[in-house]
Amino acid sequence: MLESFDLSLVNWSRAQFALTAMYHWIFVPLTLGLSFILAFMETKYVKTGDPEWKRITKFWMKLFGINFAIGVATGIILEFEFGTNWSNYSWFVGDIFGAPLAIEGIMAFFLESTFIAVMFFGWNKVSKKAHLISTWLVAVGANLSAVWILVANAWMQDPRGMKFNPDTARNEMVNFWDVFLSPSAVTKFLHTTTSGFVLASVFVVGVSAWFLIKRREILFAKRSMVVASTFGIVSSVMLIVTGDSSAREMAAIQPMKFAAMEALYDGQTNAPLIAIGILGYPEENPSGGETKENFRIKIEIPNALSYMAFLKADAFVPGIKDLVLGNEKHGIMSYKEKIKRGYHAQQTLIQYKKAKKENADDLPMLRAKFEDQEWIDNYFNYFGYGSYYDPDPTILEKNAFKIVPPISLSFYSFHIMVILGGHFLLLFMVVLWLLFKNKLANNKIILWTAVWTIPFAYIASEAGWVVAEVGRQPWVVQDLMTTAMAVSQIDTMSVMITFWLFAFTFTALLVAEIKIMTKQIKTGPTKQGGKQ
Amino acid sequence: MFGDLSYLELQQYWWFLISLLGALLVFLMFVQGGQTLLPVLGKTKDEKTILVNALGRKWEFTFTTLVTFGGAFFASFPLFYSTSFGGAYWVWMIILFAFIIQAISYEFRSRPNNVYGPKTYEVFLFINGLIGTIFIGTAVATFFTGSNFSVNEYNQSKWDTVYHGLELTLNPHNLVLGLTVFFLARVLAIQYFMNAIDHDAILKRAHKHLLINGILFVVLFLTFTIWLMLRDGFAVNPDTKEVFMEPYKYFNNLIEMPLVGVGFLLGVILVLYGMVSSYIKPSTKGIWFSGPGTVLTVLMLFLLAGYNNTSFYPSVTSLQSSLTIENASSSHFTLTAMSYVSLMIPFVMAYIWYAWKAVNNRKIDQDEIESDDLHVY
Repeated sequence: MLESFDLSLVNWSRAQFALTAMYHWIFVPLTLGLSFILAFMETKYVKTGDPEWKRITKFWMKLFGINFAIGVATGIILEFEFGTNWSNYSWFVGDIFGAPLAIEGIMAFFLESTFIAVMFFGWNKVSKKAHLISTWLVAVGANLSAVWILVANAWMQDPRGMKFNPDTARNEMVNFWDVFLSPSAVTKFLHTTTSGFVLASVFVVGVSAWFLIKRREILFAKRSMVVASTFGIVSSVMLIVTGDSSAREMAAIQPMKFAAMEALYDGQTNAPLIAIGILGYPEENPSGGETKENFRIKIEIPNALSYMAFLKADAFVPGIKDLVLGNEKHGIMSYKEKIKRGYHAQQTLIQYKKAKKENADDLPMLRAKFEDQEWIDNYFNYFGYGSYYDPDPTILEKNAFKIVPPISLSFYSFHIMVILGGHFLLLFMVVLWLLFKNKLANNKIILWTAVWTIPFAYIASEAGWVVAEVGRQPWVVQDLMTTAMAVSQIDTMSVMITFWLFAFTFTALLVAEIKIMTKQIKTGPTKQGGKQ
Repeated sequence: MFGDLSYLELQQYWWFLISLLGALLVFLMFVQGGQTLLPVLGKTKDEKTILVNALGRKWEFTFTTLVTFGGAFFASFPLFYSTSFGGAYWVWMIILFAFIIQAISYEFRSRPNNVYGPKTYEVFLFINGLIGTIFIGTAVATFFTGSNFSVNEYNQSKWDTVYHGLELTLNPHNLVLGLTVFFLARVLAIQYFMNAIDHDAILKRAHKHLLINGILFVVLFLTFTIWLMLRDGFAVNPDTKEVFMEPYKYFNNLIEMPLVGVGFLLGVILVLYGMVSSYIKPSTKGIWFSGPGTVLTVLMLFLLAGYNNTSFYPSVTSLQSSLTIENASSSHFTLTAMSYVSLMIPFVMAYIWYAWKAVNNRKIDQDEIESDDLHVY
């Protein structure tokens, strides 16, 4: 467990996971949102009986199918990658983490794939109503699968509802509802799915705008835009609300991620929020860590960060330095102390295993520690920090600075995500307003803006992933397990080969997908009742 | 309800569910078998389109079953998940790769502007059919023949060869099962086509190919089974939990668990009856025997590997590292919680049944692929 880690193996494994997750995440948001947009459109068709709505539904359904296929292709890797590349992780927390993945399969994937078959092939085979229900079930199924994987992810960021068992050397679930209904899980689910709704709305608005620019399919484009921009506005508002509560939870459970996101080195009361900023080169302190950020440009909103984190304008927001070095005044334990405590917990486990083998006298005493809540709170809860231990105090001090995520990546991703999110909401409102005023079709600036917003929706979405996943490094399970502890013991070369294999394959498939998609868009919706 | 079950009973219940999922997966791999038959059964463009569409509305069931199989195995026997996937890295990566290229092929094959041309996607489907069946069959065979790994006192695992699972494909007994699954998938695919397609030329060719694939399947299956009955198996001492080699272990399991033995025989008979009757008098009914027969046979094979004090994932390099349903399972609590989730399975099967019927309620023929139904692959 505590042998020295092969860093290149860890980094290649991380790279592979990031590659597959980020590729998968190109396609998933559109599936999440477009499935609901299809359901709205088909509902309209069934209610009004207007065949134009059927044509509209079918067009977007075709694009949905193309996107869905590649989403599935990139998704299967992820389901197995926890085992193939993070084998120690799979054991250490598999008792909790495996369940959501299984439930996802049983409850959501089958629902989705079964009713997709009816949705695609059933137009002339089942009744109008049964078809509509199938379309709705696809949307429900797609979003249900998001529930379970996000419950699993939230648990990694905010582990709860479990207890460590030294005999099996793993964490075991003791409360299902604590895992399933943890506030982080609920927020994460709402924030992530609504981000998908927004992306899909941007996609539909943008593609429809292109038709208006080309003066083709005017009715089709306008109707699509009404549905998508309305959905977009509602979703954007939800996105902002859930983003806000997500920030508050993060400040409580992952203060380091929160500080990194704002590049906040020195904690302060009445902390301002940086609305726009460009980072300069950070200053390094003698022990090796970065301790001060020089902003080249920054525009601040006074007190906003304190308010965002704790709903109090004068609240203290700890900075990176406070977290690493500790801050007695505000009751923050230093990483050095946490490392020592984590090391103690790891040593206790090793002693316990040894005592068990030798059937030693201190066995019951050691076993009792793992049942003692006070010991768990004071030592075991820092278990992962122990990996940074070194008997030499100067090295230990240096190691403490290694428990800081990449700052500029977190900072920029967060700010890009937030700024773009605001842009999307504004766009939806303007589009909807102009539609009602019947002035949209001639407004080339807004129409082109809508088209060019599509790639930015993808950028914002990926930036969100980066904030969540890079910002929590080096933890795979917050405070308990580092990424390095989690990795499978395979040779680096094997992981490098699979990395390039997937990078090449996914890119090749993405190229085909984009080409097919743009071709289908250019072809436009089918003629009434004719062949596609 | 599940709260009253003992830990061992829950472990057995979950091994049954994993076995059932594995069995359904092997049956549903008729899709893979069918993909390897595209070049021989479909000569013209339209014939190919008919075949691709017959499979295209089913492939997701196989795919989803595979994903659920992985997830359920993780939830119920996480030590298997961490040991096998992280250890036999290359075997699983190759299998996964074969499924990645399948997932886009149906959708992309006939779309205009698909960059690589329809032929490429047909090759992808062929590769998926070939590798998917043979490698999954090989991987399942290691449940009986053993692998090369060791597990330490922290339950962290390490693979003991540098080939990370590729060496398993060179074991002839494993390979025999791999090929058995491959030919079984083709036999099932032919019977599915007979059931779902209405096209004379295709059906005639399918009938012809049933014979050779059927014969190869029977020969390979018998070789695997007889070999299995004769070989030493990985037994567990129920008191000390020590793993040891027992002569004729799997044969003994069949005898000591008569229900499993009877189920196994019945399954084999159903598969053979379906095949033979379809050949002698071509009809749509064959799959109704061979399909459930396959599920029953594979289910019983899995039970042979896990029940009756047997190690289901044995290690030959470190015998005491071998995984059993007892030492590899999730905690009592997690298994209980997951058991409640499993109550959804009959419900899931019911709606799959409904959707399957709704989509296949008429045969796939020339008219169907010319219809204005939205999706034609």
